[in-house]
Amino acid sequence: MSRSQTPSSILDRPIGRSGRGSGSEGMVSLSAFAYLYSELVQYHQSRVASISELERRLESAGYGVGLRVLELLAYRARETKRETRLMNILHFISSNVWKSLFGKAADSLERSIDHADEFMIVDYEPITSTFVSVPADLGQLSADAYISGIIAGVLEGAGFTARVTAHSVAVEEGEYTKPPAMPNLPPRKDKAVFLVKFSREVLARDAALER
Amino acid sequence: TATPIGHPTIQATQRMAPLHLFIVNKSGGLIHHRPLGPRAPRIGTNEWLRIGSTFHSLHAIAAEASPVRLPGNKNPYGADDGIEKIEAGGIVLCCLQTRTGVKFVITAEPSTPDLDLMLREIYVLYSDCALKDPFYELEMPIRTDLFTSAVDALLERFDSRGTKVR
Repeated sequence: MSRSQTPSSILDRPIGRSGRGSGSEGMVSLSAFAYLYSELVQYHQSRVASISELERRLESAGYGVGLRVLELLAYRARETKRETRLMNILHFISSNVWKSLFGKAADSLERSIDHADEFMIVDYEPITSTFVSVPADLGQLSADAYISGIIAGVLEGAGFTARVTAHSVAVEEGEYTKPPAMPNLPPRKDKAVFLVKFSREVLARDAALER
Repeated sequence: TATPIGHPTIQATQRMAPLHLFIVNKSGGLIHHRPLGPRAPRIGTNEWLRIGSTFHSLHAIAAEASPVRLPGNKNPYGADDGIEKIEAGGIVLCCLQTRTGVKFVITAEPSTPDLDLMLREIYVLYSDCALKDPFYELEMPIRTDLFTSAVDALLERFDSRGTKVR
């Protein structure tokens, strides 16, 4: 790789260590991430009094990541126009953001039938909960609250205020046909569904742009 | 085929199935135990705790009593010297000790192959499912569902491999 005259800015350089081979650029080992994330969860768990507070702390930890990822990806893609339409920003999140953070696109993007302001991004194998087993006394806790914080950060930064929550939904038989990402672990029993609920102003604005 | 009466050992030595798995932490407390096969005898919880601490002590004593010492008192994996295998008439016991002092012990019928491999894979599963789980406390009994179902899946893999070879 030849050196250019002008030094590359920090935003152009890949995040991971370079010089180890082309495959590892921009990638961090899953184990390293799992241990770090496990410590993050334990740190917050010792300081909160309820499950929802733990989820909120994880979400706010992810929020900053979301804001920065939005700026970084928009810059790297040399986008000159920002997204103003709802479906476009959701597609941006489920493909570009997911690919850059997790190496693959989100498994599906759905619109809720009952509520016009709700959308769902589904990931069958979120990395924040690959090794996590939530004990029975913590019931509804989703360790993927971090990822819902990331989504909320991206949306907020793009100007679409939304409330994003993470839910663990059981996987039906035969629903997921791809081979599991972790070959020595049994296939996951639940998938993560990120429920995105947009505020009324955002929906009204989008409807106005429709015309 | 009829079982020859009076020669039960012939049948026994040809059987191959893992019986029990137990995991002992570095202070000798039992953190996990489970049956691995249909012929595993039922052992009560108190009995298990006794087995765990007895094995822990025997392991330590064997290192002292051994006439041969490994360099630095450690085996090639960096774990302390101690019991690796006990072979008896109707049972074989295999132990893997990690550098941190955690001991993975598996008992099986005499001709069971690949016990070391099974122990190493269980160690990998422990480091994945228990150590990376934020809700697991170190040195405490392992109650994570993921670990249990991962060991089940591992047993199925070994079982199906065995039947293919046979």
